Amino acid sequence: MKKDIILCGVGGQGILSIATVIGEAATKEGLTLKQAEVHGMSQRGGDVQSNLRLSDGEIFSDLIPLGCADLIISMEPMEALRYLPYLSKDGVVITSSKPFVNIPNYPADAALEAALQALPKLVRADIETLAREAGNPKGANMVLLGMAAAHIGVVSTDDLRAALGRIFARKGEAIVAANLQCFDLGLSIL
Amino acid sequence: MGDEALALGALHAGLSGVYAYPGTPSTEITEFIQAHPLAQERGVHSRWCTNEKTAMEAALGMSYAGKRALVCMKHVGMNVCADAFVNSAVTGVNGGIVVVAADDPSMHSSQNEQDSRFYAKFAMVPVFEPATQQEVYDMMADAFAFSEKVGLPVVMRMVTRLAHSRAAVAVADKAAEPNALHPSEDRGWVLLPAIARRQYVKLIDKQKTLVEASEQSAYNRLVEPKAGAGAGSEDKPLQIVACGIAWNYVMEALQCGQVSARVLKVSQYPLPAAQLKALDEQGGEVLVVEDGQPVVEELLHAELSDKCTVVGRLTGALPRTGELTPDNVAAALGIVMPEGLPASEVLAARPPQLCPGCGHRDVYTALNKVMEEYPDGRVFGDIGCYTLGALPPFKTLASCVDMGASITMAKGAADAGVFPAVAIIGDSTFTHSGMTGLLDAANENTPITVVISDNLTTAMTGGQDSAGTSKFEAICIALGVPAEHVHVVVPLPANMEEITRIIREEINYKGVSVIIPRRECMQTLRRHLAKKK
Repeated sequence: MKKDIILCGVGGQGILSIATVIGEAATKEGLTLKQAEVHGMSQRGGDVQSNLRLSDGEIFSDLIPLGCADLIISMEPMEALRYLPYLSKDGVVITSSKPFVNIPNYPADAALEAALQALPKLVRADIETLAREAGNPKGANMVLLGMAAAHIGVVSTDDLRAALGRIFARKGEAIVAANLQCFDLGLSIL
Repeated sequence: MGDEALALGALHAGLSGVYAYPGTPSTEITEFIQAHPLAQERGVHSRWCTNEKTAMEAALGMSYAGKRALVCMKHVGMNVCADAFVNSAVTGVNGGIVVVAADDPSMHSSQNEQDSRFYAKFAMVPVFEPATQQEVYDMMADAFAFSEKVGLPVVMRMVTRLAHSRAAVAVADKAAEPNALHPSEDRGWVLLPAIARRQYVKLIDKQKTLVEASEQSAYNRLVEPKAGAGAGSEDKPLQIVACGIAWNYVMEALQCGQVSARVLKVSQYPLPAAQLKALDEQGGEVLVVEDGQPVVEELLHAELSDKCTVVGRLTGALPRTGELTPDNVAAALGIVMPEGLPASEVLAARPPQLCPGCGHRDVYTALNKVMEEYPDGRVFGDIGCYTLGALPPFKTLASCVDMGASITMAKGAADAGVFPAVAIIGDSTFTHSGMTGLLDAANENTPITVVISDNLTTAMTGGQDSAGTSKFEAICIALGVPAEHVHVVVPLPANMEEITRIIREEINYKGVSVIIPRRECMQTLRRHLAKKK
């Protein structure tokens, strides 16, 4: 049993917090984990990604081979498309629907929409608006994690909730509650 | 994270000091030690150094005094500390020294792909090259002990994918005690020619011991193919030499595909001669899988006989440039991996860029405004966040070569007749390697304008302390730049008129001038404000 996940977005959007929560849940469940991150220059408003591999057996490569990812979890719709060659034929894309436009040649709405529609399995939502409406604008990434929860599989939704609580515990109960609310919002999006 | 495992391994091995200059992908090692309670409790030295050379030399001093020292840098830092590093093999060590060189194949955050194993071979010192985060941790205790046993510094070669990848690591219950103070009495530290000749012979004599240690190392092992496996397993199965992290990709591929192979895992150098002999006895094709440059592949052409055909990055079995991936390694093994979705056609590149509100932006706006008036002028750049000024929308920079080269290249270009010749360099880069170049220019009063864009931190690597903060005007004046030609400005759109006027005036001054635009980095400012709340 294994799960290969590509987390992606634009530098500063908080993809590593998603990885941290999933990783915490997986480690608690006794799964093996490898997670390759990007640091340094590319974090400055450029595209960023992290390879997260979970398994109940040994994991060799820190990187996910082409065509082997089960999930792409993206904080930005165009960034979700960047890693398609890594996604298996029946893989799922879970993404924010709201473009982050900080480049002059960002694709046109219609072209982006067509490309997303063509994906075999797509789950998307305007996570920023949802998080803002829930009173926690910084919780968009936890809405996205909630959307992905059912697809992660190797750890349960309850495990993820508990892990989220542990990760944010040092920031206080209010922050934990606000992030759990965002996570639960995400759970309801299918 | 691999870097964190390394840091913890060093602390648990009784480390007394880490000496480093920040550089991706090595920065987190020192940061981890700085934040660790055990380091604080024991008073382990962990303050950042001015550059890699001062780091290597200070570590050598700590070793002379009998204690264990760690030196950390990105691969190009090895160039900066090369003098001290190469000679540390001739002096030998007293307390153990581990030199961490974090290589960056694929140049994720670097200007070249140089392979630090070449440096170790050049200096004739052993290398440890871990494959997994667990090995990273385990190796630190062994590397320090080995360093003291053979009396040589040990190079720990990391690559980006291991440095910045996380996995669970089992750690020791108890940290070893640091060595007691026992300064060396050996005259071998005085490398006068007569002594250096004797020391060099000693170094040569140690080589046999190093090879024997590699042969017996638990990190090097020859794994025979599984019996009864499929294709490629006729009478002579494929032989693979997998170095460091390459082991992971080879294992991943062999797990997926129906290929059987005899794999020599190499994680300690010099190469284990006995195991190479075993490869030679079987003969046939030997695929060398190594991240970085074809160091081992080149060596094997000489080490193995005609019975073997050595293939790898040099022969095209693997790509000549770029990092290894599970995909290119699988392809080299002839294993067909599952196909993913086709690449999207609507993608646009998203290069990194300067943060909104960053002071470097205002510096480039001002420079571009003035330089428009001088189409023959050039702005020579340096290494840091502000290197992004080479990209749109600014496109200001004519060059970016190595730490400090902005000032010296501007000087050389000015000597050749380029006018105006402007250098732009960050605060941390200036103290790292820019000061000596400024002294050259000041001594000749070369007509260059040096912009020290001071954001009060080493920003590119995440905001580490910068060695010269609050000292820049004094440093420039002390190096011989006239005080009236050292200006400090605040890079903000509101001050554009003042800044452009000063740049214009100083360009027209026939000598060395320094302009210091000073405003805190947006990233560290945000963190400082959050802390205050």
